[in-house]
Amino acid sequence: MKLSKDWPLWEVFIRSRGGLAHKHVGSVHAPDPELAVRHARDTYTRRLEGVSIWVVRSSDIVASDPEQAGSMFEPAETKIYRHPTFYNLPDAVKHM
Amino acid sequence: MSGLFQYLLRLGDDSLILGQRLSEWCGHSPTIEVDLSLSNLGLDLIGQATLLLGYAGEVEGKGRDADRLAFHRDALQFRNCLLVEQPNGDFAQTIARQFLFSTYSHALFQKLTGSTDARIAEIAAKAVKEVAYHADLAADWVVRLGDGTEESHRRMAEGLDWFWRFVDEMFEMDEVERSLAESGVAVDKAALRPQFDEKVSSVLAAATLQPAAYPYPIKGGRVGHHSEHLGHLLAQMQYLQRTYPDAVW
Repeated sequence: MKLSKDWPLWEVFIRSRGGLAHKHVGSVHAPDPELAVRHARDTYTRRLEGVSIWVVRSSDIVASDPEQAGSMFEPAETKIYRHPTFYNLPDAVKHM
Repeated sequence: MSGLFQYLLRLGDDSLILGQRLSEWCGHSPTIEVDLSLSNLGLDLIGQATLLLGYAGEVEGKGRDADRLAFHRDALQFRNCLLVEQPNGDFAQTIARQFLFSTYSHALFQKLTGSTDARIAEIAAKAVKEVAYHADLAADWVVRLGDGTEESHRRMAEGLDWFWRFVDEMFEMDEVERSLAESGVAVDKAALRPQFDEKVSSVLAAATLQPAAYPYPIKGGRVGHHSEHLGHLLAQMQYLQRTYPDAVW
């Protein structure tokens, strides 16, 4: 194992409570995966923010190309019928 | 000075002084992540010290609380072991000190959760989880620095070399602790040594470092005979309360 001078960046995901999904909270620098988890713990869970941590090397994340945002996302703008806003909910259904 | 009071000062001062040492890294660590990491360890330790010294003050019964004991005693009245007052040195030296102390104190607090003194058992139950993390984190770093670059390996070895002489004192038993151990309040620390030695040698092996080499031990902290470093540490730690006694904010 080599301790590089420039530690890679890791994206941090925290599960705030059992049953909820892990959410992206930020990033840390660390030389390897185990220390990335420790750094994430020390940086992002100091105030009881979580019960589980995921880290992923930032360079392993595949992202959409901002230049293609037009063709990627704009077509959805005109498809309002995909939102479930045209239904009348019966009173018996609560918390929707 | 009662035996129990003495014992609580030893436990509390170990945490307090090491916590203060770690806080000296704040703003100076190699990275922001390590800065937070070391500060967190320091805060855990100062939290433990607050509980232990608070209880010490109650046992003494002279109206001194944790703050009074922390900020209004001179070096000769401190009962921490010599290891925790040693200077930070470089990051590897700080990690060496943390690894040796946390490995010792994890073994100690595990046993103290079964203390016949309910308050000590309670404090130990809280502290043992914190200290388990400290010991793991420090061991991780010993392995990474030891099994890292040529320079990190050399620094890790030098850091450990500085501290071997202070290890025996942590496990030393005297009349005070022996009699408290007999009644189940304290722990026979000598019995914790094999567990400590085993952990140290397995971590050193993983770190490709030479096995521990213990020179003639240096002792004295438990009876108030400290190295010159403690006075400097206290000068900084106690400055505010010494200059403006009983200041609050």
